[in-house]
Amino acid sequence: MVDTIITQGQTDVIGAMDNSEIDNPAEVESKAITHRDARDTVGEPFSKDPRMTCRNVNVFYGEKQAIHDVSLDIGANEVIAMIGPSGCGKSTFLRCLNRMNDTVDSCRVEGNIHMNNDDIYNKSMDVVLLRARVGMVFQKPNPFPKSIYDNIAYGPRIHGLTKNKVELDEVVESSLKRAGLWTEVKDRLDQPGTGLSGGQQQRLCIARAIAVSPDVILMDEPCSALDPIATAHIEDLIDELRQNFTIAIVTHSMQQAARVSQRTAYFHLGYLIEVGQTDQVFTNPKHQLTEDYITGRFG
Amino acid sequence: MNNNSTPSVEDRVRASLKKRYAREKRFQYYGIGAILISLLFLCVLFGDIISKGYTAFQQTYVKLDIYFDPALITPEGQMDQNTLIHGDYSGIIKQSLRDAFPNVSGRQDKRKLYSIVSNGASHTLRKKVLAHPELIGKKQSVWVLADDEIDMLIKGHISRDIPEEDRRLKDNQIQWVDQLMADGRIEKRFNTTFFTSGDSRDPEMAGILGAAAGSFYTLLVTLALSFPIGIAAAIYLEEFAPQNRFTDFIEVNINNLAAVPSIVFGLLGLAIFINFLGLPRSAPLVGGLVLTLMTLPTIIIASRAALKSVPYSIREAALGVGASKMQVVTHHVLPLAMPGMLTGTIIGMAQALGETAPLLVIGMVAFVVDIPGGITDPSTALPVQVFLWADSPERAFVERTSAAIMVLLGFLALMNITGVLLRKRFERRW
Repeated sequence: MVDTIITQGQTDVIGAMDNSEIDNPAEVESKAITHRDARDTVGEPFSKDPRMTCRNVNVFYGEKQAIHDVSLDIGANEVIAMIGPSGCGKSTFLRCLNRMNDTVDSCRVEGNIHMNNDDIYNKSMDVVLLRARVGMVFQKPNPFPKSIYDNIAYGPRIHGLTKNKVELDEVVESSLKRAGLWTEVKDRLDQPGTGLSGGQQQRLCIARAIAVSPDVILMDEPCSALDPIATAHIEDLIDELRQNFTIAIVTHSMQQAARVSQRTAYFHLGYLIEVGQTDQVFTNPKHQLTEDYITGRFG
Repeated sequence: MNNNSTPSVEDRVRASLKKRYAREKRFQYYGIGAILISLLFLCVLFGDIISKGYTAFQQTYVKLDIYFDPALITPEGQMDQNTLIHGDYSGIIKQSLRDAFPNVSGRQDKRKLYSIVSNGASHTLRKKVLAHPELIGKKQSVWVLADDEIDMLIKGHISRDIPEEDRRLKDNQIQWVDQLMADGRIEKRFNTTFFTSGDSRDPEMAGILGAAAGSFYTLLVTLALSFPIGIAAAIYLEEFAPQNRFTDFIEVNINNLAAVPSIVFGLLGLAIFINFLGLPRSAPLVGGLVLTLMTLPTIIIASRAALKSVPYSIREAALGVGASKMQVVTHHVLPLAMPGMLTGTIIGMAQALGETAPLLVIGMVAFVVDIPGGITDPSTALPVQVFLWADSPERAFVERTSAAIMVLLGFLALMNITGVLLRKRFERRW
């Protein structure tokens, strides 16, 4: 039964790769037999309306290769979840999308990552501009040790997005409203953001990210430091934000991936194993490794 | 089953507990012992300094009935400033002393009599006459500085029991002093001279204001140079510099500089700043430059530690919203690291304030009477003043040395407390 699933998956890959020159079918054929060791992506890594396209991305930390030949599209206005066991490279991949890996000296990225037809690793791409277009929310809530207002206003200020105080106030208010934090903090905007609870801090960080109105928001395990109630808050928020933003979220929680995402990508030891509609990946995985992971056999 | 032969786990743990607790106790006692020993040394040090120095804050004054003799002040009857300045005021004092002790005769004895009063007494009279010329021709009781030997006698630092030939103060001088005391003409007052004048050959007229001003100007130059340079270097090395052999080499050298003996910096300053660049010697400018070299490593190392302690998540947060590297540093990292940097700077400054050896080499050990008014005026510094006075033979300089040390320690404590308070006040938790 498993074999047939994989075979079906392979045909999907080949179908999807018609417009790219990643693999030759012969190689795919040989790997389909040793399905547990197969490292080629099965499923639908490509999107009809991509906001970001990644082709043959390899990432190295010094000599060690952390990401092997990953090709994936991030579609417009979708939530794509990246799951996989610890150390599988999902966070590393996420951080390639706004070149956060630049800050690591030993890190080297190969391959193509395009955003709206701009190569983000091209020399002409300004990394500050890129990060204004691709916002990020981190694992641990990291508000600036400044007031709540200044936390939100920081991005618009440095990018010169507002002309005056009134406009800035509006941006702060709308960002906090969209992050579902406005009613809780509207009376204490001048108090330090670090004084909020963990869940509130994380929503503040999301508000900070959307204040710059990015096209894409990357979230690196945004709920791993939060309790279930705060997590539920953030998940609702992610669902609402999908209307206006494209969101790529790394998560350890498969339930969370199932709840918030439309597509799911499963990473394993630096390889992108399977990508598909979230329902399909969780109910009917095509790859043996994916099935093992979601059924809790490892990971 | 083998309850008798092998003790149970619980018994074995119980048996080892005693030993473990005893060890813990012992470590605590070692710690307490170490602290007690350091406290003891501190007490001995402070006790010695304070017990020797506290008397310096009082000074003996003698009341003389002065007749402002016009013949001595204005022999030709002119009342202009120049004449008044050059009047024979010591003659007036001698006259009043002779009047107070009419029995004293003979050159030797008269000279001994005159030496009861300080050389500075004539300055006191001159100032008085310049301020109130109408005093000329009148009689007035004036409190003037006593000589340092008399001061020592009154304070009990000179024993009356040692044989006369071993004392600088002779028996008849002691008699006169006793007589003055009996008349209520000798009094101890707060020693304002010590805080308001520069150095002097006469201990009763010597003060630390000159040295304090010299230290102030020197530290001003040091701070103005070492703070910006040190912080800029720390930020570059910590935030911008690539990790390679060259930056490793720089790091090793900075750490080495922190351990170079200060006299070497002094010699360097002498060779470069004074001999090559021709800057004035004995000046706070050169002292400040030399101390800058010395404090830079301290400030750089402390500032780098402060920068390192700013959590990486703050940098990530700022980078994540699109701040440039410079903005990350100036908007977020620097404000958070500033308390640590300031603490490091204050510690460096305190070190510089106490530094003596390099200042000796660049000539700040000169005998300077005038209070310096700028960074190019000749001056000394507080620790150098301590060194100079400790080297002086007069007994009265002993207490002044201790008093100067107390003032120096006071400034050091003030600076260190400021450092601690700054850190407490601005320290952030997240």
